[in-house]
Amino acid sequence: MAYSDKVVDHYNNPRNVGTLDKSSGEVGTGLVGAPECGDVMRLQIRVNPETQVIEEAKFKTFGCGSAIASSSLATEWVKGKTVAEALEIKNTDIVKELALPPVKIHCSVLAEDAIRAAIGDWKKKNGVAEAEAVATH
Amino acid sequence: MSNVTSNPDVPEGVSLPIYMDNHATSPMDPRVLEAMLPYFSVKFGNAASRNHSFGWEAEQGVEQAREQIARLIGATAKEIIFTSGATESNNLAIKGIAEMYRERGNHIITQVTEHKAVLDTCKRLEKYGYRVTYLPVKADGLIDLDDLRRAIDDKTILVTIMSANNEIGVIQPVAEIGNICHEKGVIFHTDAVQAVGKIPVDVQAMNIDVLSLTAHKIYGPKGVGALYVRRRNPRVQIAAQIDGGGHERGMRSGTLNVPGIVGLGKACAIAQEEMATEAVRLRAMRDHLRARLEAELDYVEVNGSWEHRLPGNLNMSFIYVEGESLLMGINDVAVSSGSACTSATLEPSYVLKALGLGDDVAHSSIRFGLGRFNTMAECDYVADKVIGIVKKLRELSPLYEMVKEGIDLSKIEWAAH
Repeated sequence: MAYSDKVVDHYNNPRNVGTLDKSSGEVGTGLVGAPECGDVMRLQIRVNPETQVIEEAKFKTFGCGSAIASSSLATEWVKGKTVAEALEIKNTDIVKELALPPVKIHCSVLAEDAIRAAIGDWKKKNGVAEAEAVATH
Repeated sequence: MSNVTSNPDVPEGVSLPIYMDNHATSPMDPRVLEAMLPYFSVKFGNAASRNHSFGWEAEQGVEQAREQIARLIGATAKEIIFTSGATESNNLAIKGIAEMYRERGNHIITQVTEHKAVLDTCKRLEKYGYRVTYLPVKADGLIDLDDLRRAIDDKTILVTIMSANNEIGVIQPVAEIGNICHEKGVIFHTDAVQAVGKIPVDVQAMNIDVLSLTAHKIYGPKGVGALYVRRRNPRVQIAAQIDGGGHERGMRSGTLNVPGIVGLGKACAIAQEEMATEAVRLRAMRDHLRARLEAELDYVEVNGSWEHRLPGNLNMSFIYVEGESLLMGINDVAVSSGSACTSATLEPSYVLKALGLGDDVAHSSIRFGLGRFNTMAECDYVADKVIGIVKKLRELSPLYEMVKEGIDLSKIEWAAH
């Protein structure tokens, strides 16, 4: 299969590879996919509690080149956006940007899922953190 | 295709790209091409033309090839039928026997890691009222001979078991299977595409009744193969699947592909001469490649029996790295993967799954297929490349990180998609 130049670029130079402290209240973690399906993405965001701006994003992906590129691109795109803005990123935007062929569309879907899962985790965590704080006092 | 990685320093003895996918097909040996060339031009006759020298010349080329093929597998020339390749040979053998022996029975036995040319042919026969038993394989890829004995009943007309597997290179106990079939009076066909010319195959010693082979896996041309059909003890009959001029003793009509057949014959003659020394060389390179990969990488597994394996085959899983992404990083090396992403069906290798491997391990598999024209320097180059890319991709792999932290991946509730 021929890969687009953008996929190749993200594969060769993946952006924002790494791990954030998932126990931090400011960090949301999304882990999507499954090893038996051949792709697992973990996308993490660190959100400024004051502004709700995603100040940092990291990923690690087990999967094909297109899956790696989709998640790498997702971290680039969410950075600097507010949580609400990041939720507006659609898998079709990723397909277009990376020129993914039809058989690789699921990679972009997974990347969108990863963004939503990370934000969902961050939202839940902050809710949970407040509740715990109340309970212990 | 875009250039994924640049290669500033290519070592001595290595010319890129490297072809290491010899189970898929093999490059033509120049000696084979040389033997074929006259049959494209001056010796263009139809081997079935009985009345002039053009026909005789072509026929001579064909008959010499028949001898060369027969000699390599311990058969006689009259027992060799030419076809367009192994897919046709397998179809002709299985359908032709099923049709011819329908009165005697309707039961066929095969096994789960056969090539699709066998499995899909058997599936079609099931639609026509045949009963097919698909024997399982053990974790090492070998069938259990007791399973085979138990599966044979009074309606069994055919056992079709491959000699060596195209993905994992595992060699089935062909002689033992042949013995069991002969004891029970059942015809034994073997798809020997990967075995012929690589390891000794003797239809007499191994009690093989029908055998499929092809030229392009043994450094010959594509589009030509053969079927060995036993003529005595017992005499096997096959119903033609292509009707026409009655060529090939009525079993396969159609004007013979003379240049291709000459090439197949020459390829067999070379294999007969060189197989023993070539096997030693291939095994040494293959073992070296494995040793280097295992020395520098953790979580690697060889898939299938190591002992019963073709000399040029290495099938390994690089756990926590997905196969297609690995191939992408070594794009100047031609190998193949059992990953779903590399298959037309988007399913991981059914062969690896039949060994009981999880889909995740199948997704991580790479098949190295070494052949006549590979060198030790190439093996080192490939080892360096694979080691580098696997390490890089594991830096990117959330699974590898989690396992290193001591997390049991099987305990995680993955959201299947």
